[in-house]
Amino acid sequence: MSVEKRDPVSGYLTTGHDWNGITELNSPVPRTVFFFMAVTHLYALVVWVLLPAWPLWDTFTKGVLGIDQKTSVAADLAAANAARAGWTEALATEEFDAIRADPDLLGRALATAEPLFGQNCQVCHGADGIGGPGFPRLNDGIWLWGGTAEEIATTLRVGINAAHPDTHFAQMPAFGRDGLLTRPEIAVLTDYVQTLGEGVNLEDTSEGAVLYQTNCAACHGEDGLGIEGTGSPNLTDDDWVYGGDAVSIHQTLMAGRQGQMPSWQSRLTEAEIRALALYVEGLAGMAP
Amino acid sequence: MIARLTRTERSVAMALAVILLLLGLTMAALGDHDPMAVHGFMALGLGVGLVFAVGSVLEEPSPSPARLQQYYDDPIKVGIVLAMVWGVFAMSIGLWVAALMVWPDATFGQAWSSYGRLRPVHTTGVIFAFGGNALIATSFHVMQRTCRARLADQLSPWFVLVGYNLFCLWAVSGYLMGITQSKEYAEPEWYADILLVIVWVTYLVLYLRTLRRRAEPHIYVANWYYLAFIVVVAMLHIVNAAALPVSWTGAKSYPAFSGVQDAMVQWWYGHNAVAFFMTSGFLGMLYYYLPVRAQRPIFSYRLSILSFWGITFFYLWVGSHHLHYTALPHWVQTLGMTFSVMLLVPSWASAGNALLTLNGAWHRVRDDATLRFMFVAAVFYGLSTFEGSFLAIRPVNALSHYTDWTVGHVHSGALGWLAMVTFGAFYSVVPQIWGRPAMHSSRLVEWHFWLALGGLLTYVFALWNAGITQGLMWRTYNDAGTLNYSFIESMEAMRPYYIARVVGGSLFLAGICVGAANIWLTVRGARNHAADRPLAPQAAE
Repeated sequence: MSVEKRDPVSGYLTTGHDWNGITELNSPVPRTVFFFMAVTHLYALVVWVLLPAWPLWDTFTKGVLGIDQKTSVAADLAAANAARAGWTEALATEEFDAIRADPDLLGRALATAEPLFGQNCQVCHGADGIGGPGFPRLNDGIWLWGGTAEEIATTLRVGINAAHPDTHFAQMPAFGRDGLLTRPEIAVLTDYVQTLGEGVNLEDTSEGAVLYQTNCAACHGEDGLGIEGTGSPNLTDDDWVYGGDAVSIHQTLMAGRQGQMPSWQSRLTEAEIRALALYVEGLAGMAP
Repeated sequence: MIARLTRTERSVAMALAVILLLLGLTMAALGDHDPMAVHGFMALGLGVGLVFAVGSVLEEPSPSPARLQQYYDDPIKVGIVLAMVWGVFAMSIGLWVAALMVWPDATFGQAWSSYGRLRPVHTTGVIFAFGGNALIATSFHVMQRTCRARLADQLSPWFVLVGYNLFCLWAVSGYLMGITQSKEYAEPEWYADILLVIVWVTYLVLYLRTLRRRAEPHIYVANWYYLAFIVVVAMLHIVNAAALPVSWTGAKSYPAFSGVQDAMVQWWYGHNAVAFFMTSGFLGMLYYYLPVRAQRPIFSYRLSILSFWGITFFYLWVGSHHLHYTALPHWVQTLGMTFSVMLLVPSWASAGNALLTLNGAWHRVRDDATLRFMFVAAVFYGLSTFEGSFLAIRPVNALSHYTDWTVGHVHSGALGWLAMVTFGAFYSVVPQIWGRPAMHSSRLVEWHFWLALGGLLTYVFALWNAGITQGLMWRTYNDAGTLNYSFIESMEAMRPYYIARVVGGSLFLAGICVGAANIWLTVRGARNHAADRPLAPQAAE
């Protein structure tokens, strides 16, 4: 049934094919189609000439521009590093006091550090260093390992209980699990530690006070204020790394705490570590 | 339905059901402490069900030979229902996954509901289960009508449908149990892959046998596209799924390729799954139902030829554009990029051929939501293919890659093109194969159209904005010459867009639910004439 008919709308003849009522016009391919085919094919030809494109037996056409992504990315990285070299070298080598005195350098350091903090530190220490259970708050001016940029940079380099040979090392023993104290003693001590917010009364001879002075004072101090720079926290303030409620303190006494912070030396450059140290130093006192 | 098989076909069906039952039993027994055993029990259950279903009518008399003068539409009906069920299910999971981006805790702490397991359930569910069933069902319809021939036999369409849906079920349930090959859009493990090969070859043979029986001298364009879909998907699947199982009693296998070769094979597969599953097959659908519904001749036969061969030739080269700026050699990336650009013209030629076919029928586009679905599908096919070629250009890709722009692009194709053309085709085919004068409610079709269009536009605009914002934030440098934003800041900036995506997805899901209800009401409604249509020439339907 090959009958060609003229379509009244377009004026073209049909091809004469008929599939269950579907017909097709025998209209020519619009010239724009050929035009854009020419344009896109020309584009492809030009790109093939300019860039690496076609495989040959054991090599490929290199392209007249001589571009390859491996060398391009290496060149881009080198250029970006070179553009930053002026101030990153100063940041990596100068004394912190000198950096703090140089508003331009300090500004670059802090602008660099903020996203670095978001990328590397925030996952544990929270946005703006608000901390979280097991991860110390960084914006309250209370420090376990020192809060100056110098000390923070050291902590960043060596980590805490990390694999670095000079790492900060601090462990809260598992008094309960390791049998250093009995369960009733831990219960008494848990109650006692919760009263430390009022300060330590050295005249106190209650069981809790005696247990504290015998077992805890060596690290946390007779006065319970902790010893900054050794990782042992102050027990008389409201700032708790693992929680100041009875359950958390009991858990701490039973199983101990061995918090870890990685050593960042192999992941961040010296300039980045020092920028972060200055940034984290500045977080202190920002707590509402 | 089963009683309409001949007695021989029923016996063969019985044998196949017993084989499935035994296969399931073997997998369940061998797969000790392995999720494969669960899949064995699923096959066992299906096999037992089929044995009873076929057995109960095994001794019924053979159907009248008059059937051979009619089209065979039963498998089409089942395929359409399955597609709609899968569509509602998979789009619901999609909405859940979208909600996880706003409320990450909405997994309720379960392993099976984690993002990494739900996402492939959504993608496989929509592309392969919804899209695949829609393609199989409509291809059975289109090949019979355009060839004016009955399906070559009555059993192989059922084998294809049942086998294909078992594959989808294995795939989706496997992800929830943690089974994956970790290849995007090719996650199912080796035994599911083998099942798919058997099903797919049967499908190809059925298609070719039916084409050979055709009463028309020429083969219509829609059949070219469906055939390209079947042939190339077989080729892609067999190569990309090549893997060595760790043991015959467990699900785990390792791909035959490794390193950058594996990546290249995967994206040669991945992009051509887009090309031949999500494009070629659905173009077949468009080429049949659009002219039928518009009651217009195809704008240009010659343009059809040009775009078909252009699409088929160029697509196979472009997979490497998924691997720009990776370990893949630069020259392969250049080829992927340039072929993607050349591909644009044949793609637009088919979109243009569809839109120009509507000349003389624009009043129908205005009045008929079913035709409007297909009109919007053709427009979004054009938009998505332009976007695809654009994103394949390396410097553009440097901005867009790994951002939500890619996700937006996929959805402009999947929602705007694939789902829209499917709905248009279903609303055309459902009333006539169930023998109804029209859909139960044309107002519900209108509702579905506007919900789908609203959801689609909300979704893609949100993710275009999200993706470009992300890409720009990731490459913004401050005055010091260092990066200005951390990744988490870009995530925080995404929140409003992700909320908009949830809204868009809800609208689209509401649309398909309305559509499913409307189809159900149409099927349940009173019929006005016999369901089976004679092979004689008749007005296009």
